[in-house]
Amino acid sequence: MNSVGEACTDMKREYDQCFNRWFAEKFLKGDQGGDPCTESFKRYQRCVQTAIKEKDIPVDGVEFMGPNKDKPES
Amino acid sequence: MVKYYCCAGMLKSSWDQVCVAFWQRYPNPYSNHVLTEDIIFREVTPTNCLLSRRLLTKTSRAPRWMEPYLPKQMSSSAYIIEDSIVDPQKRTMTTLTWNISHARLMSVEERCKYYINPENGSCTEIKREAWISTTIYGLSRAVQEFGLRRFKNSVTKTMKGFEYVLAKMQGETPSRTLTETATERARGTALAAKEKAKDLASQAQKKQYV
Repeated sequence: MNSVGEACTDMKREYDQCFNRWFAEKFLKGDQGGDPCTESFKRYQRCVQTAIKEKDIPVDGVEFMGPNKDKPES
Repeated sequence: MVKYYCCAGMLKSSWDQVCVAFWQRYPNPYSNHVLTEDIIFREVTPTNCLLSRRLLTKTSRAPRWMEPYLPKQMSSSAYIIEDSIVDPQKRTMTTLTWNISHARLMSVEERCKYYINPENGSCTEIKREAWISTTIYGLSRAVQEFGLRRFKNSVTKTMKGFEYVLAKMQGETPSRTLTETATERARGTALAAKEKAKDLASQAQKKQYV
């Protein structure tokens, strides 16, 4: 899958590979040890956040799970 | 005025497998409208829950009657945010997805809960809710009907996409008639397993007398 920043796709794939392995083999199994993907994540984020700003994508100021606030639990 | 929609679905895979597939669901044969995918925020909380934010770009297809309401410079892509919380202790995942572009014209918010099927631990239930609305006076009904129709369509594609990715992960050959072939294969596998077990049992018995 491509990144929204064309130059970031390789970094994204490298991070995804690391994350998917950690997620399945450590995180879901309750292993609370460190995240081995911090370096590749930082590299990828530097690139993609720049692309987001360049393309003027309105992600800023959007609270995490924001729209959930005004919805009742069902 | 907001249109509310709720449905439930089930995947014949464990909750763990579904969560793993969740991060690998793009691309798949049913997601040609998804152009880009990026994780733009991720954090593990002190209570060991995984928070993530995913940014998606999708092709934006508007019906003819909407065109007069679209600003001239409106892009042909739509931006969507998907926030999620994975709780490996409770074995639940909650997601919230909404569009951050075209939002005044039509806003679709979807909340999903993924949890272990209470009757079958190797299956995963998905409870899905959607809220569809518009701020353009006079268009409410038309937007809600269009939005709901398209949402239901996309739910079908989402489930098929999931089944496809899960089948691939489990080493099966995915196909468009996945449910049918899966049922047949399960029957065949069960039968073969039964035969093999009988075989092994009789061999074991024979060995005892050697």
